Amino acid sequence: MVPLEHYLILSAILFATGTIGVFLRRNVITMLLSIEVMLNAVNLAFIAFGRTIGSADGQVIMFFVVTVAAAEAAVGLALVIALFRHRETLNPDMFTSLKW
Amino acid sequence: MGTELLLFYLFGGVAVAASLLVVLGRNPMHSVLLLIVSFAALAALYITLDSPFAAVIQIIIYAGAIMVLFLFVVMLLNAHKEDEDVAAGGPAMKKPLYMGAALAVVLAAELVWALLRAARAQDDLLIGGASPDAAAIGSVRGLGQLLFTDYAFAFEVTSILIIVAMVGAVVLAKREL
Repeated sequence: MVPLEHYLILSAILFATGTIGVFLRRNVITMLLSIEVMLNAVNLAFIAFGRTIGSADGQVIMFFVVTVAAAEAAVGLALVIALFRHRETLNPDMFTSLKW
Repeated sequence: MGTELLLFYLFGGVAVAASLLVVLGRNPMHSVLLLIVSFAALAALYITLDSPFAAVIQIIIYAGAIMVLFLFVVMLLNAHKEDEDVAAGGPAMKKPLYMGAALAVVLAAELVWALLRAARAQDDLLIGGASPDAAAIGSVRGLGQLLFTDYAFAFEVTSILIIVAMVGAVVLAKREL
């Protein structure tokens, strides 16, 4: 069996990759995709921990994370569509109406 | 090197490479498709972790439903290209990209440190020895029983969450906002 540490290091790398995407990209859709990468990194850590301590709880939590990700994608993409309709752009720097 | 370790490095490498391309690519369409590759590699890793159900919902719900939704929106908005000067790797983004890469390495190191500490701390939590029964934790039957007994409340709350998300999506995407 592959040691738990290997999975945890992979999970950390994936999470950092997702974070860099959220901070660097200037496209709302790619930012949402980076959030999905981060959620998946967390899922991997949950399942690896669950497998190691011999309980199915990790998988149950992964199930809930997937559900939350689906809800987040639905609302997030609806927001993207509404924003695009008003501003004709996907660059988050253009959405500054609430700044002063 | 055992077969399992070899498979781990193969799928782990695919997942990391695909995720990096998702984050650094210019074209959102390519990003979505590469993210599906990354999800498939993660599903394979879930199988090596004796969690076939997790692998299946990873493919069906994540790659099948959520990513198709993303693909649909990318096509609908016809957002094929990011502005060149603000895209990652574009001239205006060179400095932030290097800074971001350095910070991401720091973040990864911190996460590795924290997770490895957690891994050491949870040795006491081990249920039934170092290598628990794979069939016991991987079965869909056991998972379903857990979901409808210990996690019944969370499961019901999830249904409310989905209704709220559904109503929210309909209201937000309505034409006259």
